[in-house]
Amino acid sequence: MKKKIVSVQDFESDDPIAWCPGCGNFSILKALKQAFVELGKKPHEIAIVSGIGQAPKTPHYLRCNAFNGLHGRTLPVATGIKLANHDLTVLAEGGDGDGYAEGGNHFLHAMRRNIEMTYLVHNNQVYGLTKGQTSPTSGLGFVTKTSPTGSTSPQLNPLLLAIASDCSFVARGFAGEVEHLTALIKDAILHKGFAFIDILQPCVTFNRVNTFKWYADRVYPVDDGPGYDSSDRITAFTKALQWGDRIPIGIIYRQGRPTLDGQLSAITGQSLVTQQIDSESFSSIFESFK
Amino acid sequence: MAVDVSIRIAGQAGQGIQSISAIMGKIFTRHGYYVFINQDAESRIRGGHNFDQIRVKDQPVYAIGDKMAYLICLDGNAVDSDLPDLDENGIMIYDGEKSKFQSGNSHHFSIPLEQFAVQAGKSKIMVNSVATGAAFALMGFELQPLLDRLKEEFAAKGGEVVENNQNSASSGYRYVKNNFKGISANQIPTGPFKKQKLLLNGSQAMALGAICSGLKFYSGYPMSPATPIMELIASVADQYNIILEQAEDEIAAINMVIGAAFAGVRAMTATSGGGFSLMVEGLGLAGMTETPAVVVVAQRPGPATGLPTRTEQGDLQFVIHASHGEFPRAVLAPGDAEQAFYLMAKAFNLAESYQTPVIVLGDQHLNDSYYTVDHLALDQIPIDRGSIRFDDQISSVKDYKRYAGQETGISPRILPGLSEAVLYADSDEHTEEGHITESADIRIRMVNKRMRKLEGIRRQMASPKISPPKKSDIVLLGWGSIYGAIKETVQLLNHEGIDAQMIHFSEIFPFSAVPFLTKLKKKTKIFAVENNFTGQFADIFTQQTGSSIFHKILKYDGRPFAPQEIVKQVKEQI
Repeated sequence: MKKKIVSVQDFESDDPIAWCPGCGNFSILKALKQAFVELGKKPHEIAIVSGIGQAPKTPHYLRCNAFNGLHGRTLPVATGIKLANHDLTVLAEGGDGDGYAEGGNHFLHAMRRNIEMTYLVHNNQVYGLTKGQTSPTSGLGFVTKTSPTGSTSPQLNPLLLAIASDCSFVARGFAGEVEHLTALIKDAILHKGFAFIDILQPCVTFNRVNTFKWYADRVYPVDDGPGYDSSDRITAFTKALQWGDRIPIGIIYRQGRPTLDGQLSAITGQSLVTQQIDSESFSSIFESFK
Repeated sequence: MAVDVSIRIAGQAGQGIQSISAIMGKIFTRHGYYVFINQDAESRIRGGHNFDQIRVKDQPVYAIGDKMAYLICLDGNAVDSDLPDLDENGIMIYDGEKSKFQSGNSHHFSIPLEQFAVQAGKSKIMVNSVATGAAFALMGFELQPLLDRLKEEFAAKGGEVVENNQNSASSGYRYVKNNFKGISANQIPTGPFKKQKLLLNGSQAMALGAICSGLKFYSGYPMSPATPIMELIASVADQYNIILEQAEDEIAAINMVIGAAFAGVRAMTATSGGGFSLMVEGLGLAGMTETPAVVVVAQRPGPATGLPTRTEQGDLQFVIHASHGEFPRAVLAPGDAEQAFYLMAKAFNLAESYQTPVIVLGDQHLNDSYYTVDHLALDQIPIDRGSIRFDDQISSVKDYKRYAGQETGISPRILPGLSEAVLYADSDEHTEEGHITESADIRIRMVNKRMRKLEGIRRQMASPKISPPKKSDIVLLGWGSIYGAIKETVQLLNHEGIDAQMIHFSEIFPFSAVPFLTKLKKKTKIFAVENNFTGQFADIFTQQTGSSIFHKILKYDGRPFAPQEIVKQVKEQI
């Protein structure tokens, strides 16, 4: 196949977009396309797995391979795809309900496995598709139809959880900072291991607390400041704890450790899917049963 | 002289009962016999009361015997609990020094098993090898094949372990030769010795069937009695370039399988009913996204945790109906190890040809029992990967549609990343392109498309096994692991002059057309035999054929049927 330069048009899908006008997802979609173009990835080289919610509709609005599966089950499907064909650039994408509630267990174990893939969580701190219920990342006291007197559990801190799980790439982006987010997604895709980005995404319909302005007034990039060492886990914990008047975005923690896919002898030569089934190779398999 | 000898090895969990039975079973198989070994074990690592039964026959054998010719007691409790199952003339080996039981019966041999184990084998744990040596002497077998077999079995554990086991077996063997001269009851003639037939359990047969069908990806969460499938695949994964990933739960397992299958490799998982309950949502995902997935469900008595180490056929209706919504699937239920091997191959071919999930239903009795199999033929398992297009010519296809193919329901498949075309798979109702839709028209077309595949699968279902073929007064109707028990029941009834035949189904859903019904007499009495409370297959049979069941013989105590039990119940009804 001839090498050709890809453009944003190569990633245009003709599927009509079903998000609310002004939704933070539009910026994330834009950042994704831009990242693919800047990395020179072609549509067929990419597979995006998504769950259920508003965020998981994203792959339909792109031209690339896509598997839109069950609520919360993105990471196991992405794991299967990557192990079967590690030549694909694999991304998993979902919302805060999908990733931090329904799929919490898979998130923990995907970080342990450290398979080379990128996991994007569109975190709007509220349930959108089901029309405005509380989320694991909703603030304490957040009022919704299922928490009319205010959310009674403190919000989950996904970054702390990821650093504690020794996730090899932990970042936070903001849908309002498209260029910064594009750079983060590129770094995540290039990372040799499981790369996780929690993306602050304003929900214009159901979250009247954590609005675009609310986030914009608080976020600041960590990678700008001198002396921030993202490989230092204790520093990363400290940074991840920060939430309130100031919210850090950027690569909070990054470390190199062996990937699962890099250690499997079955795919040191070629990807599983390109290996032919050779019946002759089984001719001695019965010997130990005789 | 016809040989049909049952041997029970009883003792506590952790005493190596299963390693003895596997060692003995293989030696009998090498001497040309057919062997059937079943396990009766408690859900614990040490202690309690467990036994294995080895039935040795000069004809193929697939069921347990009712009375034992040999009882080998590894601890004192075994004498009390198992002696009632010993045949009148049966031989018992026990340790008189460790048991209060003292017998005057000349067929009950007290042997200081533990003392020899400590002296010859340097550990109490060697009691099993001492007893095996003693049993081989009483059966009239040579010592050397046993010593060779022990070396084979324990070589990986080092020379000292081999030596200790061999010394233990020799001490038991010599003690019998020296002290019990002239005993010749229940001896088993030794035939020519060669490694030809196979001895394998249902789980091993399923794993081998999958591997030889080109399995590339396995993900599962350990659960009895399915775990040995995963362990066998793990043991050869590097050799055959298979990726095996232990998942965090069964939900992850089936979703990983779906991901790997979507990417284009043959993928499977195995579990028991409880784990399958967690997989059910994923099963529907495979149905909706039209992704091939093979799922082994090795049943055990439920609900909930049930009897973890015992057997039941209680999940048939569950696996046929599992999931919300409607989609095509196939359910296969092998009757023995040989069928398990070939049906795994069929499962992969059906899954890929029809791009939908296929369930292979086993149970503890099938999965843990060992069967002697004459031969497994690789050339009898052709690999059919359905409509996958591997050529990169499709790079010219700009507008590939993942869910095209209204006529047969089968869509042309491309694999992501292997051409320049892209595909969308969706768990929402979707258009031919794979995008989410709410259209009523498309919904109807897509449901019709998917369900059309069910008719295609139905045409692939094999007819039941009918034996003997002639019309009979009595039919014993069964499915899955009940095969051996009803097959032998028919032989026993025929031997007594009662006209009976077996009809056994191993390819169950979708229920195939019924040409065999013409083979039934109008007044035939159908006995449905099942290891469950309700007679789940009997209900399907009646619903699909209109033939009523004369009597249901049901067992749900977690134990398999002995043919003699079924014979007795049939005779009570006629």
